[in-house]
Amino acid sequence: MSALEVLQPGLLSLLQDRGRFAQAAIGLTTGGPMDPLAASIANRLLQNEGNATLIEVSFGGLALRAGADTQISVTGATLPLAIDGQEQAMWSVIDVAAGQEINLGFSETGCRSYLAVRGGFNIPESFGSSSTVVREGIGGLNGQRLAVGDQLPIHKTDATQRLWLPPRLRPRYHRRATVRVIPGYQYAHFPRLEQRRFFGSEYRVTDRCDRMGYRLEGPAIACDIQGILSEGIAPGAIQIPADGQPIALLNDRQTIGGYPKIGCALSLDCAALAQLRPGDTVIFTPISEHYAHNALHLADAFERSRHLEPSPR
Amino acid sequence: MPESAHIQSAGESALIVYLGTESSPEVAARVQALGAALRHSLGSILIDLVPSYASLLVIYDPLRSDRYHVSQCIRTSLSDLPAVTAGNGRLVEIPVYYSPESGEDLEGLASSKGLSTQDVIDIHSEQEYRVYAIGFAPGFAYLGDVDTRIAAPRLSTPRQSVPRGAVAIADRQTAVYPAASPGGWNLIGRSPLKMFDPLATEPMPVHVGDRVRFKPIGRAEFLDAGGSL
Repeated sequence: MSALEVLQPGLLSLLQDRGRFAQAAIGLTTGGPMDPLAASIANRLLQNEGNATLIEVSFGGLALRAGADTQISVTGATLPLAIDGQEQAMWSVIDVAAGQEINLGFSETGCRSYLAVRGGFNIPESFGSSSTVVREGIGGLNGQRLAVGDQLPIHKTDATQRLWLPPRLRPRYHRRATVRVIPGYQYAHFPRLEQRRFFGSEYRVTDRCDRMGYRLEGPAIACDIQGILSEGIAPGAIQIPADGQPIALLNDRQTIGGYPKIGCALSLDCAALAQLRPGDTVIFTPISEHYAHNALHLADAFERSRHLEPSPR
Repeated sequence: MPESAHIQSAGESALIVYLGTESSPEVAARVQALGAALRHSLGSILIDLVPSYASLLVIYDPLRSDRYHVSQCIRTSLSDLPAVTAGNGRLVEIPVYYSPESGEDLEGLASSKGLSTQDVIDIHSEQEYRVYAIGFAPGFAYLGDVDTRIAAPRLSTPRQSVPRGAVAIADRQTAVYPAASPGGWNLIGRSPLKMFDPLATEPMPVHVGDRVRFKPIGRAEFLDAGGSL
């Protein structure tokens, strides 16, 4: 069987497709790649279908052995990449021969990298998706993060053209993000001064940042109300618990919750936020719903024009 | 459109509809009815629906629709909503083996309320509950409202592990633990019914807005139905 074997799982490596949708009514969260753009480019390079299963590697450290000849691509946060000790380029299709070892080092700026394989990993869907949500024990091989010895089966497909994303078109990762926020939910329950404090202050990513949410640290934000009747949490919702420190709720967020929310981060910026590491900084800026809608369509149009090219090597 | 409903922005691709300010069987039934109507009228534009106590979060595809279209659909659905009453909705029966051996807090709860354990069982099982929300964990359904005579606050120290099927009370809510997990609710019994089965075509026996009644069963029946102690 065609498969990649996990030699070292790294800090947190998870099988993901685009995510699990329309299951919130039974309490299942979305999952899916924290940086959907980097993930989608990894699949596009290999001409995989958009929902093909790949590996999200947080912070790096993943090592695999190829059980058959195949091709891979690695995108997202920059990390050292080698096949049998030989350095390779990210954002490019790489040929891998049976028996060869794929090694990902550790990222220094940004923290989510994506490894896709030609044809995609062949992982059965649960609730319409292969995405792993460890907290729920659902998706992936067994609902868990990758572990030493895991065999990751691959869909068999023919070799594809060696494409790359030219360096000038590659996303860049920073230690700082400006996150655009659409005021909403309980926004009106935050006094004007608190709203201004939220949008006028700098926040720091704490070490309590994971796929569920990013807890930030900075000037505390007060709300007129302490708790609310639990309600559905939209992706990117920014919750302000009693201590006033914002939490941006991301892919593995709980589906319902009872803390007041000041608004929701633009999805494009949630991806930038999810690439930040503890100690990095965040600034929030308010935008209208119209601006947000426009920004999404522009980003979509830009993606369509982000052409991959034959690799020069 | 009823006075009590209002629509609020919840980001670039979501609107939240508030159908009341507090939970009640009527509001829960309307949340369920609105969800069904929107599933129909929004079709493939709809990405997800998150029903809860008195609200419905509607997540749509922002590349194929916008908030004007979606809020229009919500308004139309609200005005066309059939009259719902507390009696609407599917009734689901959940068998429970109530006993000190299957519910560690049953005796303590009874004595703190000046009741016998049989009183607690009778009060818990003689009324109908409404599924107000599902969350916390896959398949965890919040049912209300528990009679004030047996309502009890969460334990001050949550248990490390509550077994699957545990039937529990916290304040005026009751629930059946869908899987073994940590938990701080007062345990009064155990059900052999699987509240969450990832492999079944219908992974959950209940949905938000459904009515639930607990049916006391004996030890033998509990074990026969697949329950374990």
